[in-house]
Amino acid sequence: MAGKPKLHYTKGRGKMESIRWLLAAAGVEFEEEFIETKEDLEKLRNDGVLMFQQVPMVEIDGMKMVQTRAILSYIAAKYNLYGKDLKERAWIDMYVEGTTDLMGMIMYHPFQPADTKEKNLALIIERATTRYFPVYEKALKDHGHDYLVGNKLSWADIHLLEAILMAEECKPDILSAFPLLQAFKGRTSNIPTIKKFLQPGSQRKPQTDEKFVATVRKIFNF
Amino acid sequence: MSGKPRLTYLNGRGRMESIRWLLAAAGVEFEEVFLQIKEQYEKLITDGSLLFQQVPLVEIDGMKMVQTRAILSYIAGKYNLYGKDLKERALIDMYVEGIIDLMHMILMFPFSPPDAKEKNIDSIKDKATNRYFPVFEKVLKQHGQDFLVGNKFSWADVQLIEAILAVEEKVPAVLSGFPQLQAFKKRMSNMPTIKKFLQPGSPRKPPPDEHYVETAMKVFMK
Repeated sequence: MAGKPKLHYTKGRGKMESIRWLLAAAGVEFEEEFIETKEDLEKLRNDGVLMFQQVPMVEIDGMKMVQTRAILSYIAAKYNLYGKDLKERAWIDMYVEGTTDLMGMIMYHPFQPADTKEKNLALIIERATTRYFPVYEKALKDHGHDYLVGNKLSWADIHLLEAILMAEECKPDILSAFPLLQAFKGRTSNIPTIKKFLQPGSQRKPQTDEKFVATVRKIFNF
Repeated sequence: MSGKPRLTYLNGRGRMESIRWLLAAAGVEFEEVFLQIKEQYEKLITDGSLLFQQVPLVEIDGMKMVQTRAILSYIAGKYNLYGKDLKERALIDMYVEGIIDLMHMILMFPFSPPDAKEKNIDSIKDKATNRYFPVFEKVLKQHGQDFLVGNKFSWADVQLIEAILAVEEKVPAVLSGFPQLQAFKKRMSNMPTIKKFLQPGSPRKPPPDEHYVETAMKVFMK
Protein backbone atom coordinates (compact mmCIF):
# COMPACT_ATOMS: atom_id res chain seq x y z
CA MET A 1 0.00 0.00 0.00
CA ALA A 2 1.39 3.33 -1.05
CA GLY A 3 -0.07 5.34 1.77
CA LYS A 4 -1.15 7.94 -0.72
CA PRO A 5 -4.84 8.76 -0.97
CA LYS A 6 -6.52 6.90 -3.82
CA LEU A 7 -9.31 8.54 -5.76
CA HIS A 8 -12.05 6.54 -7.51
CA TYR A 9 -13.97 8.44 -10.20
CA THR A 10 -14.35 8.93 -13.91
CA LYS A 11 -11.51 10.51 -15.83
CA GLY A 12 -13.03 13.96 -15.74
CA ARG A 13 -13.82 16.82 -13.41
CA GLY A 14 -17.29 16.27 -12.01
CA LYS A 15 -17.54 16.16 -8.24
CA MET A 16 -13.99 14.87 -7.78
CA GLU A 17 -12.22 17.90 -9.22
CA SER A 18 -12.51 20.02 -6.05
CA ILE A 19 -10.93 17.14 -4.15
CA ARG A 20 -8.04 16.97 -6.62
CA TRP A 21 -7.55 20.74 -6.26
CA LEU A 22 -7.51 20.61 -2.47
CA LEU A 23 -5.09 17.69 -2.23
CA ALA A 24 -2.82 19.30 -4.83
CA ALA A 25 -2.89 22.68 -3.10
CA ALA A 26 -2.03 20.96 0.18
CA GLY A 27 0.96 19.37 -1.55
CA VAL A 28 -0.44 15.85 -1.14
CA GLU A 29 0.37 13.31 -3.85
CA PHE A 30 -2.48 11.01 -4.74
CA GLU A 31 -3.30 8.06 -6.99
CA GLU A 32 -6.33 7.69 -9.22
CA GLU A 33 -8.31 4.70 -10.41
CA PHE A 34 -10.63 5.62 -13.25
CA ILE A 35 -14.11 4.28 -13.82
CA GLU A 36 -14.33 3.86 -17.57
CA THR A 37 -17.33 1.59 -18.01
CA LYS A 38 -20.61 0.77 -16.32
CA GLU A 39 -18.99 -2.53 -15.29
CA ASP A 40 -16.22 -0.70 -13.42
CA LEU A 41 -18.86 1.08 -11.33
CA GLU A 42 -20.79 -2.13 -10.78
CA LYS A 43 -17.65 -3.83 -9.51
CA LEU A 44 -17.05 -1.11 -6.93
CA ARG A 45 -20.67 -1.43 -5.83
CA ASN A 46 -20.51 -5.21 -5.63
CA ASP A 47 -17.24 -5.06 -3.69
CA GLY A 48 -19.16 -3.11 -1.05
CA VAL A 49 -16.72 -0.20 -0.99
CA LEU A 50 -19.20 2.56 -1.79
CA MET A 51 -21.19 3.43 1.31
CA PHE A 52 -24.15 4.83 -0.65
CA GLN A 53 -23.31 3.15 -3.97
CA GLN A 54 -21.88 6.43 -5.24
CA VAL A 55 -18.60 8.04 -6.19
CA PRO A 56 -16.49 10.09 -5.48
CA MET A 57 -14.77 7.64 -3.19
CA VAL A 58 -11.39 8.40 -1.67
CA GLU A 59 -9.32 5.84 0.18
CA ILE A 60 -7.51 7.84 2.82
CA ASP A 61 -6.06 7.03 6.25
CA GLY A 62 -7.66 3.60 6.33
CA MET A 63 -11.12 4.95 5.46
CA LYS A 64 -13.11 4.56 2.26
CA MET A 65 -14.58 8.03 2.30
CA VAL A 66 -17.57 9.02 0.22
CA GLN A 67 -19.64 12.21 -0.09
CA THR A 68 -17.72 15.09 -1.58
CA ARG A 69 -18.22 17.55 1.27
CA ALA A 70 -17.21 15.00 3.91
CA ILE A 71 -14.03 14.23 1.98
CA LEU A 72 -13.18 17.89 1.43
CA SER A 73 -13.81 18.78 5.10
CA TYR A 74 -11.56 15.95 6.23
CA ILE A 75 -8.73 16.98 3.92
CA ALA A 76 -9.09 20.65 4.84
CA ALA A 77 -8.90 19.90 8.55
CA LYS A 78 -6.08 17.40 8.22
CA TYR A 79 -3.89 19.81 6.28
CA ASN A 80 -4.70 22.92 8.32
CA LEU A 81 -6.76 24.62 5.66
CA TYR A 82 -9.87 24.99 7.83
CA GLY A 83 -9.18 28.07 9.94
CA LYS A 84 -8.02 28.30 13.53
CA ASP A 85 -11.34 28.04 15.37
CA LEU A 86 -15.05 27.39 15.05
CA LYS A 87 -15.89 30.89 13.78
CA GLU A 88 -13.24 30.85 11.07
CA ARG A 89 -14.50 27.42 10.08
CA ALA A 90 -18.02 28.85 9.88
CA TRP A 91 -16.86 31.55 7.43
CA ILE A 92 -14.89 29.05 5.38
CA ASP A 93 -17.96 26.78 5.26
CA MET A 94 -20.22 29.64 4.15
CA TYR A 95 -17.84 30.76 1.44
CA VAL A 96 -17.29 27.21 0.21
CA GLU A 97 -21.01 26.51 0.03
CA GLY A 98 -21.37 29.55 -2.21
CA THR A 99 -18.61 28.47 -4.60
CA THR A 100 -20.01 24.93 -4.49
CA ASP A 101 -23.40 26.22 -5.65
CA LEU A 102 -21.77 28.18 -8.48
CA MET A 103 -19.51 25.34 -9.59
CA GLY A 104 -22.47 22.96 -9.38
CA MET A 105 -24.29 25.01 -12.01
CA ILE A 106 -21.22 24.97 -14.25
CA MET A 107 -20.69 21.25 -13.73
CA TYR A 108 -24.22 20.38 -14.85
CA HIS A 109 -24.19 22.76 -17.79
CA PRO A 110 -22.82 20.24 -20.35
CA PHE A 111 -25.62 17.85 -19.36
CA GLN A 112 -28.41 20.34 -19.99
CA PRO A 113 -30.77 19.70 -22.90
CA ALA A 114 -29.75 21.63 -26.02
CA ASP A 115 -32.77 23.94 -25.97
CA THR A 116 -32.06 25.30 -22.48
CA LYS A 117 -28.25 25.43 -22.69
CA GLU A 118 -27.98 29.05 -23.75
CA LYS A 119 -30.40 30.26 -21.09
CA ASN A 120 -28.57 28.19 -18.51
CA LEU A 121 -25.23 29.72 -19.46
CA ALA A 122 -26.73 33.19 -19.11
CA LEU A 123 -27.96 32.26 -15.64
CA ILE A 124 -24.51 30.99 -14.63
CA ILE A 125 -22.93 34.26 -15.71
CA GLU A 126 -25.63 36.28 -13.95
CA ARG A 127 -25.23 34.34 -10.71
CA ALA A 128 -21.44 34.53 -10.85
CA THR A 129 -21.39 38.28 -11.41
CA THR A 130 -24.32 39.38 -9.24
CA ARG A 131 -24.62 36.79 -6.45
CA TYR A 132 -21.27 35.14 -5.86
CA PHE A 133 -18.26 37.17 -7.02
CA PRO A 134 -19.44 40.39 -5.33
CA VAL A 135 -19.36 38.57 -1.98
CA TYR A 136 -15.73 37.51 -2.33
CA GLU A 137 -14.68 40.86 -3.83
CA LYS A 138 -16.22 42.59 -0.81
CA ALA A 139 -14.63 40.18 1.66
CA LEU A 140 -11.18 40.90 0.23
CA LYS A 141 -11.88 44.63 0.11
CA ASP A 142 -13.16 44.80 3.69
CA HIS A 143 -10.09 43.27 5.32
CA GLY A 144 -7.46 43.95 2.66
CA HIS A 145 -5.76 40.62 3.25
CA ASP A 146 -4.45 38.20 0.65
CA TYR A 147 -6.77 35.40 1.75
CA LEU A 148 -10.48 35.18 2.44
CA VAL A 149 -10.40 34.07 6.08
CA GLY A 150 -8.05 34.67 8.96
CA ASN A 151 -5.22 36.12 6.87
CA LYS A 152 -4.13 32.59 5.98
CA LEU A 153 -4.58 30.26 3.01
CA SER A 154 -7.61 28.05 3.52
CA TRP A 155 -9.92 25.71 1.66
CA ALA A 156 -12.10 28.74 0.85
CA ASP A 157 -9.31 30.34 -1.21
CA ILE A 158 -8.54 27.18 -3.16
CA HIS A 159 -12.22 26.61 -3.88
CA LEU A 160 -12.65 30.22 -5.01
CA LEU A 161 -9.72 30.00 -7.42
CA GLU A 162 -11.17 26.81 -8.87
CA ALA A 163 -14.55 28.54 -9.28
CA ILE A 164 -12.99 31.62 -10.90
CA LEU A 165 -11.14 29.54 -13.49
CA MET A 166 -14.28 27.50 -14.27
CA ALA A 167 -16.32 30.68 -14.63
CA GLU A 168 -13.69 32.16 -16.94
CA GLU A 169 -14.05 29.10 -19.14
CA CYS A 170 -17.71 30.14 -19.51
CA LYS A 171 -16.89 33.81 -20.14
CA PRO A 172 -13.23 34.82 -20.36
CA ASP A 173 -13.72 38.38 -19.10
CA ILE A 174 -16.07 37.44 -16.29
CA LEU A 175 -13.79 39.07 -13.71
CA SER A 176 -13.75 42.42 -15.51
CA ALA A 177 -15.69 44.19 -12.75
CA PHE A 178 -13.77 42.56 -9.91
CA PRO A 179 -10.25 43.99 -9.56
CA LEU A 180 -9.56 42.36 -6.21
CA LEU A 181 -10.56 38.95 -7.52
CA GLN A 182 -8.24 39.48 -10.47
CA ALA A 183 -5.39 40.17 -8.06
CA PHE A 184 -6.49 37.22 -5.91
CA LYS A 185 -6.44 34.97 -8.94
CA GLY A 186 -2.90 36.11 -9.84
CA ARG A 187 -1.57 35.65 -6.31
CA THR A 188 -3.21 32.33 -5.60
CA SER A 189 -2.24 30.84 -8.95
CA ASN A 190 1.38 31.53 -8.06
CA ILE A 191 1.37 29.54 -4.85
CA PRO A 192 3.91 26.79 -5.70
CA THR A 193 1.62 23.78 -5.19
CA ILE A 194 -1.20 25.43 -7.10
CA LYS A 195 1.11 26.67 -9.85
CA LYS A 196 2.27 23.09 -10.30
CA PHE A 197 -1.32 21.82 -10.47
CA LEU A 198 -2.11 24.40 -13.17
CA GLN A 199 0.69 23.18 -15.41
CA PRO A 200 0.22 20.59 -18.17
CA GLY A 201 0.87 17.07 -17.00
CA SER A 202 -0.73 17.54 -13.60
CA GLN A 203 -3.75 15.56 -12.44
CA ARG A 204 -6.07 18.46 -13.17
CA LYS A 205 -8.77 17.31 -15.58
CA PRO A 206 -9.86 19.15 -18.76
CA GLN A 207 -13.25 20.69 -19.40
CA THR A 208 -16.08 18.27 -19.98
CA ASP A 209 -16.78 17.91 -23.71
CA GLU A 210 -19.66 16.21 -25.54
CA LYS A 211 -17.79 12.95 -25.84
CA PHE A 212 -17.22 12.81 -22.11
CA VAL A 213 -20.86 13.66 -21.44
CA ALA A 214 -21.84 10.58 -23.43
CA THR A 215 -19.39 8.40 -21.46
CA VAL A 216 -20.72 9.66 -18.13
CA ARG A 217 -24.33 9.11 -19.18
CA LYS A 218 -23.49 5.53 -20.08
CA ILE A 219 -21.61 4.76 -16.88
CA PHE A 220 -24.20 6.27 -14.55
CA ASN A 221 -27.22 5.41 -16.63
CA PHE A 222 -28.96 8.78 -17.02
CA MET B 1 -31.65 41.26 22.26
CA SER B 2 -32.09 37.96 23.97
CA GLY B 3 -28.86 36.27 22.92
CA LYS B 4 -30.82 33.34 21.57
CA PRO B 5 -30.19 32.28 17.97
CA ARG B 6 -32.73 33.83 15.62
CA LEU B 7 -33.95 31.87 12.62
CA THR B 8 -35.42 33.56 9.53
CA TYR B 9 -37.35 31.39 7.08
CA LEU B 10 -40.83 30.46 5.88
CA ASN B 11 -43.25 29.19 8.49
CA GLY B 12 -42.63 25.61 7.47
CA ARG B 13 -39.99 22.89 7.31
CA GLY B 14 -37.99 23.37 4.13
CA ARG B 15 -34.26 23.72 4.60
CA MET B 16 -34.57 25.19 8.08
CA GLU B 17 -36.14 22.17 9.73
CA SER B 18 -32.84 20.28 10.18
CA ILE B 19 -31.50 23.37 11.95
CA ARG B 20 -34.53 23.50 14.25
CA TRP B 21 -34.02 19.81 15.04
CA LEU B 22 -30.34 20.23 15.86
CA LEU B 23 -30.79 23.27 18.07
CA ALA B 24 -33.70 21.60 19.85
CA ALA B 25 -31.78 18.35 20.33
CA ALA B 26 -28.89 20.36 21.78
CA GLY B 27 -31.34 21.97 24.20
CA VAL B 28 -30.88 25.43 22.69
CA GLU B 29 -33.85 27.81 22.72
CA PHE B 30 -34.26 29.96 19.64
CA GLU B 31 -36.47 32.66 18.13
CA GLU B 32 -38.03 32.64 14.70
CA VAL B 33 -38.95 35.25 12.12
CA PHE B 34 -41.32 33.99 9.42
CA LEU B 35 -41.29 35.23 5.84
CA GLN B 36 -44.85 35.65 4.64
CA ILE B 37 -44.62 38.25 1.89
CA LYS B 38 -42.03 39.05 -0.77
CA GLU B 39 -41.33 42.48 0.67
CA GLN B 40 -39.82 40.97 3.83
CA TYR B 41 -37.44 38.88 1.76
CA GLU B 42 -36.52 41.81 -0.47
CA LYS B 43 -35.79 43.92 2.58
CA LEU B 44 -33.42 41.28 3.95
CA ILE B 45 -31.56 41.43 0.65
CA THR B 46 -31.35 45.21 0.44
CA ASP B 47 -30.30 45.35 4.11
CA GLY B 48 -27.37 43.11 3.16
CA SER B 49 -28.35 40.44 5.67
CA LEU B 50 -28.21 37.51 3.26
CA LEU B 51 -24.69 36.69 2.10
CA PHE B 52 -25.89 34.97 -1.09
CA GLN B 53 -29.40 36.48 -1.09
CA GLN B 54 -30.82 33.25 0.26
CA VAL B 55 -32.39 31.86 3.39
CA PRO B 56 -32.05 29.98 5.75
CA LEU B 57 -30.56 32.78 7.83
CA VAL B 58 -29.50 32.12 11.41
CA GLU B 59 -28.25 34.96 13.56
CA ILE B 60 -25.99 33.32 16.09
CA ASP B 61 -22.99 34.46 18.12
CA GLY B 62 -22.80 37.78 16.30
CA MET B 63 -22.82 36.19 12.85
CA LYS B 64 -25.51 36.27 10.19
CA MET B 65 -25.02 32.69 9.07
CA VAL B 66 -26.37 31.36 5.80
CA GLN B 67 -26.00 28.04 3.94
CA THR B 68 -27.69 25.18 5.73
CA ARG B 69 -24.65 22.94 6.00
CA ALA B 70 -22.43 25.72 7.35
CA ILE B 71 -25.03 26.51 9.99
CA LEU B 72 -25.51 22.87 10.97
CA SER B 73 -21.74 22.27 11.18
CA TYR B 74 -21.31 25.32 13.39
CA ILE B 75 -24.08 24.25 15.75
CA ALA B 76 -22.77 20.68 15.88
CA GLY B 77 -19.25 21.95 16.62
CA LYS B 78 -20.41 24.39 19.26
CA TYR B 79 -22.59 21.95 21.17
CA ASN B 80 -20.24 18.96 21.05
CA LEU B 81 -22.31 16.94 18.61
CA TYR B 82 -19.48 16.51 16.11
CA GLY B 83 -17.45 13.63 17.50
CA LYS B 84 -14.20 13.69 19.46
CA ASP B 85 -11.69 13.85 16.60
CA LEU B 86 -11.22 14.22 12.87
CA LYS B 87 -12.08 10.62 12.05
CA GLU B 88 -15.33 10.66 14.03
CA ARG B 89 -16.16 13.93 12.33
CA ALA B 90 -15.50 12.28 8.98
CA LEU B 91 -17.98 9.49 9.78
CA ILE B 92 -20.58 11.95 11.02
CA ASP B 93 -20.13 14.03 7.86
CA MET B 94 -20.51 10.98 5.61
CA TYR B 95 -23.64 9.80 7.37
CA VAL B 96 -25.16 13.27 7.45
CA GLU B 97 -24.45 13.89 3.75
CA GLY B 98 -26.15 10.62 2.81
CA ILE B 99 -29.19 11.47 4.90
CA ILE B 100 -29.30 14.98 3.44
CA ASP B 101 -29.44 13.43 -0.05
CA LEU B 102 -32.45 11.35 1.03
CA MET B 103 -34.08 14.35 2.71
CA HIS B 104 -33.59 16.37 -0.46
CA MET B 105 -36.11 14.15 -2.20
CA ILE B 106 -38.61 14.91 0.54
CA LEU B 107 -37.74 18.62 0.44
CA MET B 108 -38.51 18.83 -3.25
CA PHE B 109 -41.62 16.63 -3.12
CA PRO B 110 -44.26 19.33 -2.41
CA PHE B 111 -43.05 21.26 -5.45
CA SER B 112 -43.35 18.37 -7.89
CA PRO B 113 -46.31 18.28 -10.30
CA PRO B 114 -49.34 16.21 -9.15
CA ASP B 115 -48.82 13.54 -11.81
CA ALA B 116 -45.25 12.93 -10.64
CA LYS B 117 -46.07 12.62 -6.97
CA GLU B 118 -46.74 8.89 -6.87
CA LYS B 119 -43.55 8.14 -8.76
CA ASN B 120 -41.64 10.36 -6.35
CA ILE B 121 -42.97 8.51 -3.32
CA ASP B 122 -41.86 5.24 -4.93
CA SER B 123 -38.44 6.77 -5.47
CA ILE B 124 -38.20 7.91 -1.85
CA LYS B 125 -39.26 4.45 -0.67
CA ASP B 126 -36.75 2.77 -2.98
CA LYS B 127 -33.82 4.95 -1.93
CA ALA B 128 -34.67 4.80 1.77
CA THR B 129 -35.03 1.03 1.85
CA ASN B 130 -32.28 0.07 -0.61
CA ARG B 131 -29.62 2.74 -0.33
CA TYR B 132 -29.75 4.65 2.93
CA PHE B 133 -31.46 2.78 5.77
CA PRO B 134 -29.45 -0.43 5.21
CA VAL B 135 -26.25 1.51 5.89
CA PHE B 136 -27.39 2.74 9.28
CA GLU B 137 -29.03 -0.57 10.18
CA LYS B 138 -25.68 -2.24 9.55
CA VAL B 139 -23.69 0.35 11.50
CA LEU B 140 -25.90 -0.05 14.56
CA LYS B 141 -25.85 -3.84 14.30
CA GLN B 142 -22.08 -4.01 13.95
CA HIS B 143 -21.15 -1.96 17.01
CA GLY B 144 -24.28 -2.65 19.04
CA GLN B 145 -24.17 0.83 20.55
CA ASP B 146 -27.00 3.28 21.07
CA PHE B 147 -25.59 5.99 18.80
CA LEU B 148 -24.18 5.97 15.29
CA VAL B 149 -20.69 7.31 16.01
CA GLY B 150 -18.31 7.03 18.94
CA ASN B 151 -20.86 5.67 21.39
CA LYS B 152 -22.06 9.23 21.91
CA PHE B 153 -25.01 11.32 20.79
CA SER B 154 -24.08 13.35 17.69
CA TRP B 155 -25.47 15.37 14.78
CA ALA B 156 -25.66 12.13 12.79
CA ASP B 157 -28.21 10.68 15.21
CA VAL B 158 -30.35 13.82 15.07
CA GLN B 159 -30.26 13.87 11.30
CA LEU B 160 -31.22 10.20 11.13
CA ILE B 161 -34.19 10.41 13.48
CA GLU B 162 -35.45 13.44 11.55
CA ALA B 163 -35.15 11.51 8.29
CA ILE B 164 -36.84 8.38 9.65
CA LEU B 165 -39.87 10.35 10.81
CA ALA B 166 -40.03 12.34 7.56
CA VAL B 167 -39.93 9.22 5.40
CA GLU B 168 -42.49 7.47 7.61
CA GLU B 169 -44.90 10.30 6.90
CA LYS B 170 -44.75 9.30 3.23
CA VAL B 171 -44.10 5.55 3.58
CA PRO B 172 -45.57 4.44 6.91
CA ALA B 173 -44.14 0.91 7.00
CA VAL B 174 -40.68 1.89 5.77
CA LEU B 175 -38.90 0.59 8.87
CA SER B 176 -40.49 -2.85 8.71
CA GLY B 177 -37.26 -4.50 7.54
CA PHE B 178 -35.03 -2.58 9.94
CA PRO B 179 -35.24 -3.73 13.56
CA GLN B 180 -32.15 -1.78 14.67
CA LEU B 181 -33.62 1.43 13.24
CA GLN B 182 -36.93 0.75 14.95
CA ALA B 183 -35.13 0.51 18.29
CA PHE B 184 -33.03 3.58 17.39
CA LYS B 185 -36.17 5.56 16.59
CA LYS B 186 -37.67 4.68 19.96
CA ARG B 187 -34.47 5.53 21.87
CA MET B 188 -33.98 8.87 20.13
CA SER B 189 -37.63 9.83 20.50
CA ASN B 190 -37.30 9.32 24.24
CA MET B 191 -34.26 11.51 24.75
CA PRO B 192 -35.55 14.44 26.81
CA THR B 193 -34.72 17.27 24.37
CA ILE B 194 -36.01 15.34 21.38
CA LYS B 195 -39.09 14.14 23.23
CA LYS B 196 -39.89 17.76 24.01
CA PHE B 197 -39.40 18.76 20.36
CA LEU B 198 -41.79 16.02 19.27
CA GLN B 199 -44.59 17.31 21.48
CA PRO B 200 -47.28 19.71 20.27
CA GLY B 201 -46.41 23.34 20.81
CA SER B 202 -42.73 22.91 20.02
CA PRO B 203 -41.00 24.82 17.18
CA ARG B 204 -41.23 21.69 15.03
CA LYS B 205 -43.12 22.47 11.84
CA PRO B 206 -45.87 20.33 10.29
CA PRO B 207 -45.47 18.59 6.92
CA PRO B 208 -45.64 21.09 4.04
CA ASP B 209 -49.11 21.66 2.61
CA GLU B 210 -50.47 23.67 -0.32
CA HIS B 211 -50.45 26.87 1.71
CA TYR B 212 -46.73 26.41 2.40
CA VAL B 213 -46.00 25.86 -1.29
CA GLU B 214 -48.03 28.95 -2.22
CA THR B 215 -46.21 31.09 0.32
CA ALA B 216 -42.82 29.84 -0.88
CA MET B 217 -43.70 30.72 -4.47
CA LYS B 218 -45.03 34.11 -3.44
CA VAL B 219 -42.00 35.04 -1.36
CA PHE B 220 -39.20 33.70 -3.56
CA MET B 221 -40.36 33.72 -7.15
CA LYS B 222 -39.54 36.74 -9.29
